[in-house]
Amino acid sequence: MFELIGDLVTYYSQNFSYVAQEFYRHFLMAAYGVLFAAIVSIPLGVVIARYGRLSNGVIQLANIIQTIPHLAMLSMLMLAIGLGANTVVVALFLYSILPILKNTYTGIVNVDQVLLDSGRAMGMTKGQILRMVELPLALSVIMAGLRNALVIAIGIVAIGAFFGAGGMGDIIIRGTNVTDGTAIILAGAIPTALMAIIADLIMGTLEKVFHPVKSTPKDKTGTEKEAEPA
Amino acid sequence: MLTFEHVSKIYNGENYAVKNLSFEIDRGEFIVFIGPSGCGKTTTMKMINRLIDPTEGVITIDGHDAQVQDAVQLRRDIGYVIQQIGLFPHMSIQENVTLVPKLMNWSKEKRKERAKELLALVDMEEEFLARYPNELSGGQQQRVGVLRALAADPPLILMDEPFGALDPITRDTLQDEFKKLQQRIGKTIIFVTHDMDEALKLADRIVMLREGEIVQMGTPDEILSAPANAFVEDFIGKDRLLQSRATVQTVEQLMNITPATITETATTSKAVQVMREKRVDALLVTNEYGTLKGYVDIEMIESHRKQSENISDIHLTTLHTVKKDAYVRDSVSRILKLGVSYVPVVDDDMRLVGILTRASLVDLVYDSIWGDEGAAADEQEAVLEETIL
Ligand SMILES: Nc1ncnc2c1ncn2[C@@H]1O[C@H](COP(=O)(O)OP(=O)(O)OP(=O)(O)O)[C@@H](O)[C@H]1O
Ligand SMILES: [Mg+2]
Repeated sequence: MFELIGDLVTYYSQNFSYVAQEFYRHFLMAAYGVLFAAIVSIPLGVVIARYGRLSNGVIQLANIIQTIPHLAMLSMLMLAIGLGANTVVVALFLYSILPILKNTYTGIVNVDQVLLDSGRAMGMTKGQILRMVELPLALSVIMAGLRNALVIAIGIVAIGAFFGAGGMGDIIIRGTNVTDGTAIILAGAIPTALMAIIADLIMGTLEKVFHPVKSTPKDKTGTEKEAEPA
Repeated sequence: MLTFEHVSKIYNGENYAVKNLSFEIDRGEFIVFIGPSGCGKTTTMKMINRLIDPTEGVITIDGHDAQVQDAVQLRRDIGYVIQQIGLFPHMSIQENVTLVPKLMNWSKEKRKERAKELLALVDMEEEFLARYPNELSGGQQQRVGVLRALAADPPLILMDEPFGALDPITRDTLQDEFKKLQQRIGKTIIFVTHDMDEALKLADRIVMLREGEIVQMGTPDEILSAPANAFVEDFIGKDRLLQSRATVQTVEQLMNITPATITETATTSKAVQVMREKRVDALLVTNEYGTLKGYVDIEMIESHRKQSENISDIHLTTLHTVKKDAYVRDSVSRILKLGVSYVPVVDDDMRLVGILTRASLVDLVYDSIWGDEGAAADEQEAVLEETIL
């Protein structure tokens, strides 16, 4: 046990820049995949929320993509695009569509009709309602979708190493290729797990920050003391 | 200011939400739409600011057809308090209140200034500006909803049951506040409610709706004194109708202002003389300031003739009195209950100003405005009438 930890420490101290580089690369691939998916899915989610009839078909399609096994997807993309990071990023893009699309759709559709009427009655244009009412109110739900997508993506990138994309999976594969490579496998696996957990925590915090029902950042006793002026 | 000409809203080709509405509203008027749930109040309001387009007819605002104007601009010029308040939960009170000014590109300073000004109108402190809607009580939220409609100073304000979800006391306070506010800022207001008391309290004119059609339109007094039909009567409610009719006539309007009186310093023989002249058997006694002291009748004078020179020596009987600004309805039941034939009318300082006799009530009773009670009173009255005077 202690020996293993010792090996790990040795590995990190000897290969720090390599690990850091792969860690960064790993994260970037996941982030790019989710980012590109967000660029497509959020507007698409808004559109299908507007035109209810489209929603079922589009979400069904995203669902089908989601059910394709990771290896199968990556293999197919490899045939089309070739080896490398791009294949993985495209796969992540495809997998991230569903969670982001679905949450955007849900977030927008669930904005209280009363608030939309309220905005319209005050003379907001359609664009203003989207920008000032619908998106802010749906933001935390959209964030939940991004969070979901990012955590899944970080996991999938680990497989990407088999397709020449690098990342923490690269370290894990090295570990499997040497005899007694437990320490090396862990050296790759632990940061991957940590990355997923930390991403989840950060996105979870953002989700709360963007929660639409706001309260003033004051201590509760201060606010409750105020009696309503009769 | 605002006219409706044969306006209808038809859903699904056959269901009239609003049917052939025609009316005209003047600048500065406080109009209240009232009617049962589903009678088309909200639909009418929403057609004014084009949240809903009418199926038929023309709505003009300041002489311009609303239908040909830019809907967004039109709405910014009309304040609207929606039925469900609808404050934005993600915006602070300041942002909520000054949303329309923001849409109209007011500067930040001017918006902040305006928000403070508005809050002061409803006695809310400045520190509320930084709060969020979920940190306000229901009553405060409704106030903010109203302020939001006032923010850009629109000449026309639509309010759809703005005080709907409030307890009666808060509601009453807000109504008072708001009526004062309206008189101060002089806006044209169209207000929806299904609470008759609210309508009577606030309206310059009331528009009664039923199944999308106008049943009656008029001032509260007109509607109370001449309900167009049984529906209006039912809606007003018998109690309110009776009360209001009685309030139309105070005791002062009905009393006889020349009661037979005598001052307490007069002699008993003088009293007898007055009785003979006026052909009555009793006199009301006042002091030199006109304050009512009691009454004397011929029997009392007879029995005291030996001992008393002056009226003040006689032990006077105290009387039930009625204030001159009391409602006739209340006085009637009093007279009937006491079984007396008249009641002296006094002012706030107990000075005698007149007398209310059973006779003067007879006409009213015959109007039978007191319903069953009136019918019973009629019988009694017929008997009693002969005994009076
Ligand atoms: N979008 C719609 N489609 C079909 N019918 C509608 C629609 N909106 C309203 N209605 C009908 O029109 C009628 C009038 O509705 P409206 O909302 O104006 O009533 P209201 O007088 O405001 O009632 P309440 O006091 O309950 O608010 C109702 O019978 C309602 O069912
Ligand atoms: Mg309504």
